Amino acid sequence: MAGEPERVTLTPEQLRRRRARSIAIALALAALVILFYIVTLVKGPGVLNRPI
Amino acid sequence: MTDISAVDRREKVAPLAPAGLISEAGVGDYLALMKPRVMSLVVFTAFVGLMIAPGHIHPVLGFTALLCIAIGAGAAGALNMWYDADIDAIMTRTASRPIPSRRVTPGEAAGFGLTLGGFSVGVLALLVSWLAAALLAFTIFFYVVIYTVWLKRRTPQNIVIGGAAGALPPMIGWAAVTGSVSLESFLLFLIIFLWTPPHFWALSLLRADDYARAQVPMLPVVAGPRETRRQIVLYSLLLAPAGLTPWLFGSAGVLYAVTAAVAGVLMIALSWRVNRAHEGEGADRAARGLFSYSILYLFTLFAMLLIERGLPILAGHAAI
Repeated sequence: MAGEPERVTLTPEQLRRRRARSIAIALALAALVILFYIVTLVKGPGVLNRPI
Repeated sequence: MTDISAVDRREKVAPLAPAGLISEAGVGDYLALMKPRVMSLVVFTAFVGLMIAPGHIHPVLGFTALLCIAIGAGAAGALNMWYDADIDAIMTRTASRPIPSRRVTPGEAAGFGLTLGGFSVGVLALLVSWLAAALLAFTIFFYVVIYTVWLKRRTPQNIVIGGAAGALPPMIGWAAVTGSVSLESFLLFLIIFLWTPPHFWALSLLRADDYARAQVPMLPVVAGPRETRRQIVLYSLLLAPAGLTPWLFGSAGVLYAVTAAVAGVLMIALSWRVNRAHEGEGADRAARGLFSYSILYLFTLFAMLLIERGLPILAGHAAI
């Protein structure tokens, strides 16, 4: 029988930093969604018309 | 020409990854990977390129373009720190960066840089302009592959050629508005390109020991301080007239011309002072003075282009 799987216990500081990183990623993704939404409103039907 | 094996050097420094598998990086460490001070100059010059370009861009799209340029510059900075972690650990100026100080693993930095690079180029292409996105992709490629990987450890001309990457942002801003590149935007490129050598060589005169220890063939290490000072003067002599070219080619006015002329003469004078002061505290002071002034020089020229573009608009509002 296999023994107990090895577990890593995070220190409070590691937990705090991981949470901060997760929040930062969430905020960046939310900002990207908002940016695409606003640009779609700004460009209107011409949203797919991009100059080369 | 000095060719230093990156593999040899990597073997000499201690492993850079933290002992555990759990990342201890904070959000601030990732921001530091993006070289925010370099980014600020990139954003400012790109902003000027965007503002003085003929034509109109919606403010939201202009903001998007600048955001993508800033993040693209940050991506290049992160990838630079990933590749240069071994020499950063040796140099005093860079030893506290996130990777050598073991707050971020090299793999995390590489992933971060690639992700930001991909997103910045992709978003710029999808929302603003394919040409601007292509130029941004080329800028990141040039800074990371041509400068960091290829030139930096091989030739004292590293920052001369590599300076092209830092000179491209105003062209990207210009392309975001016009969808093209033109002589006027190339002149902005030329000014930053010629500004880079005296700016960085002034710093490298102060940090020559650092570069020598890390075996980076900067000009003072390979050719000596005397030759570096001579080349600083030569590039300043090229830079000063280049600073006047936007006026000579009709894309800037008299106010800019006078400012660029005075600033250029000062640049030459401070370079000459560096050339005359050979050793001791006086030499360090002269190099430090030139380094600081060179930042002010570039900022002043680009700010003046911006002011000249803004003055007629302000005058128009006043008339109404």
